[in-house]
Amino acid sequence: MIPGVDGFMYPNEVELQWSLLIVLYPYITGLVAGAFILASLERVFKVEAVRPTYRLALLTALAFLLVAPLPLQLHLGHPERSIEMYLTPHRSSAMAMFGFVYLWYLTVVLLLEIWLEFRADIVRMAQTTKGLTRLVYKALTLGSENLSPAARRIDDKVGYAVTVIGIPSAFLLHGYVGFIFGSIKANPWWSSPLMPIVFLFSAMVSGIATVLLLYMASMKVKKMAIDMRCLDTIAKYLFYTFVIDFTLEMLDLIHRTYEADESFRSLDFMVHTRLWGSQVILQILLGTLVPLVLLAANQLWTFSEAKRRAMYVIACGLTLVGIFAMRWNVVIGGQLFSKSFLGYTTYKVEFAAREGLLAASALMLLPFVIFIVLVKLLPPWPERETT
Amino acid sequence: MDISRRDLFTMGGKLLVLASVGASLEQITGAAPPTDAYRMAEHWWGMIIDVDKCIGCGNCARACSRENNVPSGYFRTWVERYEIEEGRPPHVESPNGALDGFPPSKREDVKSFYVPKLCNQCADSPCVQVCPVGATFVSPDGVVLVDETYCLGCRYCVQACPYGCRYLHPDKNTVDKCTLCYHRITKGLTTACCESCPTGARQLVDFKDPKDPVHEFLRHNKVQVLKPYMATQAKVYYKNLDGAVR
Repeated sequence: MIPGVDGFMYPNEVELQWSLLIVLYPYITGLVAGAFILASLERVFKVEAVRPTYRLALLTALAFLLVAPLPLQLHLGHPERSIEMYLTPHRSSAMAMFGFVYLWYLTVVLLLEIWLEFRADIVRMAQTTKGLTRLVYKALTLGSENLSPAARRIDDKVGYAVTVIGIPSAFLLHGYVGFIFGSIKANPWWSSPLMPIVFLFSAMVSGIATVLLLYMASMKVKKMAIDMRCLDTIAKYLFYTFVIDFTLEMLDLIHRTYEADESFRSLDFMVHTRLWGSQVILQILLGTLVPLVLLAANQLWTFSEAKRRAMYVIACGLTLVGIFAMRWNVVIGGQLFSKSFLGYTTYKVEFAAREGLLAASALMLLPFVIFIVLVKLLPPWPERETT
Repeated sequence: MDISRRDLFTMGGKLLVLASVGASLEQITGAAPPTDAYRMAEHWWGMIIDVDKCIGCGNCARACSRENNVPSGYFRTWVERYEIEEGRPPHVESPNGALDGFPPSKREDVKSFYVPKLCNQCADSPCVQVCPVGATFVSPDGVVLVDETYCLGCRYCVQACPYGCRYLHPDKNTVDKCTLCYHRITKGLTTACCESCPTGARQLVDFKDPKDPVHEFLRHNKVQVLKPYMATQAKVYYKNLDGAVR
């Protein structure tokens, strides 16, 4: 009897190959994609009400995107060879695309859009600050200091075009992460054409919830008034996106249950035992149904501002827990059962190991540190408050 | 430059001496003549396994482990014991991959048999498909191999293998698997597992060799591959494989 194993596992299956760090990877890229799509609401779809969060959403996306490859890098058996994915990518591999999708998204979409959006501010800072700060801003202007109305119009037009390109790119970034899992025919828990689209909508849900929380927290720290119209609009979009996300996930569940193929009994047992806490309680009940009820209530009834704020904080906090649980259930759940469908293994998170809780916590804190640096460097608040 | 007939004969003579010295040297040093060299394009390796012949002794697993320095707790090949009671899910076990054989079965009223497992050397291999750098590949002679100097250790291939044949080597931090004893078969030897099997349950076969007994075997027996619905073009064929085996 092998400790932690119930039933029969192929001998090499007992040890899980993809750890907590691989749970972080889709979680973080999801936050990036979701935050960017929220930003594009204002820019492309002209939803003026969410304007106060536009710049904040872009910086959030960048902070998380910079961290996105780190869990993968830390997970590799030979991190020093990761450059080979750029030099000799294997064209039939879904994973080989990661480097290119990432670089495209980082440089062509996000950095360019942020630079165009903040260029005028950067130039002004370069002119008004002194010493080392001035040098930093001077470098960030990239030599482009023309702030004439004609130049600003060009910034705006190019920025718009970049955002238009950015929306499918954000879809690609996260839909592709879903494809990495969804295309593994050996694993019935992952293998589903719905996987990319489920990942995409859950990404939007988590990204929107993050920006909403960061906006509220930033306003609190800056002692600025929260724009309730903005908050209500974001919450409305969060609700709609969440309904689509939940529908897709339920469609997947119903389809699996109704089809009840060879793997069903094994997976069903796993959900009722090893994944009961993380899937049924955390993901579905606390992470989906409770936030959905809170958000739906706000669509049906009018509450006071204080109550709405509290409801949004609870809904968004739980949403983030729920989406994390969803990533956990996909990545870890997909490795707990045997491909023989005859047994189950256990995953215990180590603490101070290379892929342990400590490293994962540090990686989850890092985007917030980067975010603080970014908002110091490029204040996303309205101009009058920054002075 | 004018070359006289005398010069031509002298030059020809020197060349002849040089060539014969070269040929004798080759004989002395034992270098194989090119015609006998191993040519990958002339082979297409696989294995046939007769389930009824396997006695679960674990010789194959032990021989493989020794031959390939397989790290403890991981397996390039292993043996499973199936015990099937009518109307119930099968009871399967493979204690330590059968490195120490099997304890006597406690059940006599069940259908019981042994199934040796190894990499299925798939021609349409899902592990090869997903490797982001092409570190794992199907060799021209049909063996799925891993270039350990190139593997990133991302383990996407481990996830993609439907048969659980791959693992991360704990010392090398690269993925490891059965190579069908490539270092042996390219020298005209059989695999360590086949060589050590006392009943001949496992046989290395070469599908491109018209004289290989595999052709006779496939013509006269009902055979099956593992998980045929995975459509991986597996090249390990099982004779008398029970439908319950996964």
